[in-house]
Amino acid sequence: MAAFLSLPQAVQKYVHDGDIVAMEGFTHLIPFAAGHEVIRQRRRDLTLIRMTPDILYDQLIGMGAARKLIFSWGGNPGVGSLHRMRDAVERGWPAPLEIEEHSHAAMANAYEAGAAGLPCAVFRGYLGSDLANVNPNIKSIACPFTGERLAAVPAIRPDVAIIHAQKADRDGNVLIEGIAGVQKETVLAAKRAIVTVEEIVDDLGARSPNAVVLPAWTVSAITAVAGGAHPSYAHGYYSRDNAFYSAWDTISRDRETFVEWMRTNVLEAGPQDFAARIPRRAVEVES
Amino acid sequence: MTYSSAEMMTVAAARALSSDDICFVGIGLPSAACNLARLTHAPGITLIYESGTLRTRPDVLPLSIGDGELCETALTTVSVPEIFRYWLQGGRITVGFLGGAQVDRYGNLNSTVIGDYFRPSVRLPGSGGATEIATSCGRIFIVMRQTARSFVNRIDFLTTLGHGRNGTERKACGVETEGPTLLISDLCMMSPDPETKEFVVHSLHAGATRDQVRSNCGWPVRFADSVEETPPPDPIELAALRALQARTAAAHGVSTGD
Repeated sequence: MAAFLSLPQAVQKYVHDGDIVAMEGFTHLIPFAAGHEVIRQRRRDLTLIRMTPDILYDQLIGMGAARKLIFSWGGNPGVGSLHRMRDAVERGWPAPLEIEEHSHAAMANAYEAGAAGLPCAVFRGYLGSDLANVNPNIKSIACPFTGERLAAVPAIRPDVAIIHAQKADRDGNVLIEGIAGVQKETVLAAKRAIVTVEEIVDDLGARSPNAVVLPAWTVSAITAVAGGAHPSYAHGYYSRDNAFYSAWDTISRDRETFVEWMRTNVLEAGPQDFAARIPRRAVEVES
Repeated sequence: MTYSSAEMMTVAAARALSSDDICFVGIGLPSAACNLARLTHAPGITLIYESGTLRTRPDVLPLSIGDGELCETALTTVSVPEIFRYWLQGGRITVGFLGGAQVDRYGNLNSTVIGDYFRPSVRLPGSGGATEIATSCGRIFIVMRQTARSFVNRIDFLTTLGHGRNGTERKACGVETEGPTLLISDLCMMSPDPETKEFVVHSLHAGATRDQVRSNCGWPVRFADSVEETPPPDPIELAALRALQARTAAAHGVSTGD
């Protein structure tokens, strides 16, 4: 059952060195505050899973938290490369990074298989692609009814899922609105789950009967971090900080500039600093 | 009226779409072309982004595949597993729009690495949705700026299947969909030879020359028996594209998908 903890307590209790960790959020609701706490607590040898490793995983990789990355698209959306990820893959800095590379369809199916308690995902994919030649976890299976050759990949079963959402109620039920990505599947596939939320409320309020709700018994820890998805966004709360995504290209290009930025903005900062980072204009638009 | 080669490319790509299309859209050039089509001659087109937004009508171009604008203007938003399983794999998409770092004469795309996979000289973003978009959509349009470094004789890594390394691999892999039927660059348009599936130039953009196309292509490019001239962007197309780009720049503080 969900426990209400501070973010440092939640990461201390549920994220361990060597864990398989999935921090999800498809452009939207990326759990930056929680990821920064993992960096501050100096977790090491993590296997990081994420469909779209963007700035948050660039930061984790550049700070040496990762041993392996499982992913399907690694870039700064609309801007360009992830310079820290490229430095690790191309030059082994700050440490060599093992990669396991998939397509989006494979990752989405693998999360769903994990949530469904299956050992693998079966789908029509990777046809004619070289990816199957470089990733031994891409295999094929014959349909027992038609004989069609289908792709198979292992289910994703993280030790811990980390996501950000709009709201939790005081019983620990979590509401996700807008682009919901693979967060529900990620939480249900994982052994443990940490959820940061914009706010904790008495009641989740008016919503569709089909709203995406994670019941309290699927979540290990909940912690409120206003602005905790910045520079990503939270539908209904604040917009994506596109200017920061562009600025990251310069910050991350050079090792020293990156390390200095991380020291000031992550190592010497905390979850309480996120609220002030929300783009001013976006706050006014929403209010 | 003056216009850039990038504007010509986006307009030519937009013209290839119709109101009947259900289109799976990538970020950048494809997104600009698809939304220009929607704002001009194809108001009924259905645009789908892999973030799960169905029939979205953004007022500005998204910077990322999951911008809030896409969700706020969509008919509905589904989960990422659903978009790939039911909508893409389920065969509900008529056309996919792709680009990449490298393309070869059979429309195979590389968006993974330059150099050796395990010791790359350049690590590119990777497949994203492209690998399955290419085989599950009814047909594929490719839009890319043309240089000798991007239109290559042999791609370093086959991320996304076109017609295969010898032009016959789709059938051999059991793929039933058409694959790439149109390649739009900033110089010309190419379509596959019906027999060999090699991309052949069938239309030169107004002002572009055969020599330019040859010197910006890494394979010995062929021209169709009769090569047309792509009509230049008309004032309505240009005005719609420029207004879209201006709204986008004002919204993001950065320009997108030129």
